[in-house]
Amino acid sequence: MLPALASSRRDFLRGSLVIGGGLVIGFSTISDSLSAAEHTAAVYSPNAFITIYPDERIELTVARVEMGQGTYTSLPMLIAEELEIDLDRIVLSHAPPDAQLYGGERHDQFTGGSLSIRTLWQPMRQVGAATRLVLLQAAAQTWGVPDQECHAKNGVVVHGPSSRRLTYGQLVAAASRLPLPDVIPLKPISEFALIGKPVTRLDAGAKVNGTALFGIDAVVPGMLFASVAACPVPGGTLRAIDDRQTLSLPGVCQVVRLPTAVAVIAENTWYARKGLEALRVEWDEGENAHLSSADIHSLMRGALNREGAVGRNDGNALKVIAQDSNRVERFHLNPMLAHAPMEPINCTVHVKADSAQIWVGTQVPARARDAAAKVLGLAPDQVTLTGYYLGGGFGRRLETDYVEQAAAIALQVKAPVKVTWTREEDIRQGIFRGAYAHSVAASVDERGYPIAIAHKIAGPSNLARWAPGALKEGLDGNSAEGSLQFAYDLPNYRSEFVREDGPIVTGFWRGVGATRNMLVLETFIDELAVKAGQDPLNYRLAILTHNDRARQVVKRAGELASWREPLLPGRGRGIALLYAWGTYMAQVVDLTVGEQGDIAVQRVVCVVDCGVVVNPDTVIAQMQGGINFALSAALYGEITIREGRVQQSNFHDYAVVRMNQAPVIEVEIIPSNLPPGGVGEAGTAGFGGAFSNAIFSATGRRFYQFPIRLDQVDG
Amino acid sequence: MYLLNINGVDRKLDLAPDVPLLWALRDVVHLTGTKFGCGMALCGVCTVHVDGVAVRSCVLPISSLAGKKITTIEAVAESAAGRAVQSAWLSNEVVQCGYCQSGQIMSAVALISAVAMPTDEDIDNAMSGNICRCGTYSRIRDAIKEAAANSQNGVM
Repeated sequence: MLPALASSRRDFLRGSLVIGGGLVIGFSTISDSLSAAEHTAAVYSPNAFITIYPDERIELTVARVEMGQGTYTSLPMLIAEELEIDLDRIVLSHAPPDAQLYGGERHDQFTGGSLSIRTLWQPMRQVGAATRLVLLQAAAQTWGVPDQECHAKNGVVVHGPSSRRLTYGQLVAAASRLPLPDVIPLKPISEFALIGKPVTRLDAGAKVNGTALFGIDAVVPGMLFASVAACPVPGGTLRAIDDRQTLSLPGVCQVVRLPTAVAVIAENTWYARKGLEALRVEWDEGENAHLSSADIHSLMRGALNREGAVGRNDGNALKVIAQDSNRVERFHLNPMLAHAPMEPINCTVHVKADSAQIWVGTQVPARARDAAAKVLGLAPDQVTLTGYYLGGGFGRRLETDYVEQAAAIALQVKAPVKVTWTREEDIRQGIFRGAYAHSVAASVDERGYPIAIAHKIAGPSNLARWAPGALKEGLDGNSAEGSLQFAYDLPNYRSEFVREDGPIVTGFWRGVGATRNMLVLETFIDELAVKAGQDPLNYRLAILTHNDRARQVVKRAGELASWREPLLPGRGRGIALLYAWGTYMAQVVDLTVGEQGDIAVQRVVCVVDCGVVVNPDTVIAQMQGGINFALSAALYGEITIREGRVQQSNFHDYAVVRMNQAPVIEVEIIPSNLPPGGVGEAGTAGFGGAFSNAIFSATGRRFYQFPIRLDQVDG
Repeated sequence: MYLLNINGVDRKLDLAPDVPLLWALRDVVHLTGTKFGCGMALCGVCTVHVDGVAVRSCVLPISSLAGKKITTIEAVAESAAGRAVQSAWLSNEVVQCGYCQSGQIMSAVALISAVAMPTDEDIDNAMSGNICRCGTYSRIRDAIKEAAANSQNGVM
């Protein structure tokens, strides 16, 4: 355990980071008395991220969760670069729920939105550098030499002239007596020894021998297991159950009733599941009892006729388009999607008299703890939450519905209880990516280049529910993401978002707004190119005269993909540009359409300019993974509703790409010293347009709704 | 009562006959390296070896396993093929979230144990039952080829 005083000192540093937020952070007000009080510190823990032990162990607390995206390697790299330590010596720990310490400027501890590196790029290097400076000063004072004669390397401070050495572990006590520095100079990019070099993932070893622990792996002494069924119709409630047969089954302990769900508690998950299957349940299906996907789609299409929040309005696009009798107008629809992470939703909770413990994989540890506390009638500090690796998040684990549900179940159980959703429950009770309707219209000049484009989007606002303060005059910048920026030359451009939440709660999905909006835009740009009789790549370059980063990725992707080579029959090639999260990207998709309409993607070229890169192999991996994620959605992804019920249930009817369908994905990173851009979302968001355009290239058919099924009539 | 040989250790399990091996492993023996994904043998994250053959433990009742040798991810490193696959997984930086990788590795070890130098088609056939939502497929393919080559050359 850390000494109690350490945490107030850590609070201070974190507070300073939040307030300062700049290159130089003031630590000067740490009082001498505080420093003196730490004289006997057994460890050196100058901030919430670093703990140095006398035996040379260095523990780094990772402020963002690891769900595959590589933060457990890249964030330690940022600290280690400045702290001057070997990565193979460190021990990693999951950050506990603490929005003040780990929630950054927004005081909201979440992992998502391709924000980890973008927001922590500077603070994590600063905590490393500040700590190194103190250790160096501690050594210099021990030896009675000037700081300037000392340097730190590989966890050791060396006095140059005398070659004396003190390890960080040996400096723990001396460093604890010193204040943190006022000024924290950071290395220039040219001096990075670690950042920008490929580093082996720190979580890989445990993930190839079965020892990596995910939330579903929590083992708590004496725990029972729950299988749960919520009302299959969203918004419905539990009316009655007959549990006589269930209670007679082996290993079944208890049946728990919740207002909207029922759970069977048993000695293992299988018994719980069998018990659940034996239950006779009556639901009050509520007002969504007859809801269908068609209802939701027409609601969204209808909302396009309403006025929305205008997120961007250059020139006067509406007027120019209205006056053009040759205007081009298209309507698109993006369907509902489930996340289907490989680790089904689960949460373990133990409720005691005045406290509770939670074991869970979550993208929002503090929100999850607070939400559970509310359900349990406890204060947040009476609830502890232990985090784990996430077996995929993709936005699903930004929600706390399953933590609240598990807490409500555990409240009725006199033992720790692990609630594991079946895959069927995981698919049907998703917080789905909502359906969005789009209209996009253009007026073009005599050469076919756009002079005005207006893109109108209608669909749910997730921010309004999840972070209402983030709405700006009714504009959900997340829902409109990818339509608010515009890379092409254009005097008249308009983006408008009509909020229509619809009857079902919806949520964030990998690639968020840009996945939908850039698919629409890049498909439309392709249509304009074809209408102008131009090659889609040349057309894009012709209207990208002011954006060098966008030009470069488009050109380079074309070169790598041999864009100019003629296509064989049945083959198609499509390109799309992406700009979002400070990242520019172009993808070229090469695919074959068989005689039966079967689609096989052979190859995807992805050129990405995401600013300065921390771990290049992670960027490549994120692009490869993001593209496969998007390919699944393009080929199969759709949640449909009939009579209020989700029709999909498992991987046979909510199919995802498998080994035999996975394309070769070549990724090239454009070297850059610009601030880091996001990578977790980008691969997914950049794929759809290139895929859809490749389908057109192969078949001459345009599609306005994913998934693309070549046996259906044109959209 | 069922007697199961799991990773070389005999375990007595006082469970109903229809309990799938997966839940016996995870909830009773607490070998949690084998994962739950779908419950219908659709995704492969629960893959283990029974007498060296890759099987989906989520649909395998414990009553069918008397006298058979069960190997899970926790013991896969005891075979040369297992070590070769784990090593190739690391050198190709395969993992992302890692949840499916126990099952991927178990399928891959069974493959290179049965087919010394698997072709792309062999890999498609053996591995298409294992879903990875993070999309690590191309690295899995490369890692399998590397593991097979290293096994052939006696590197591992």
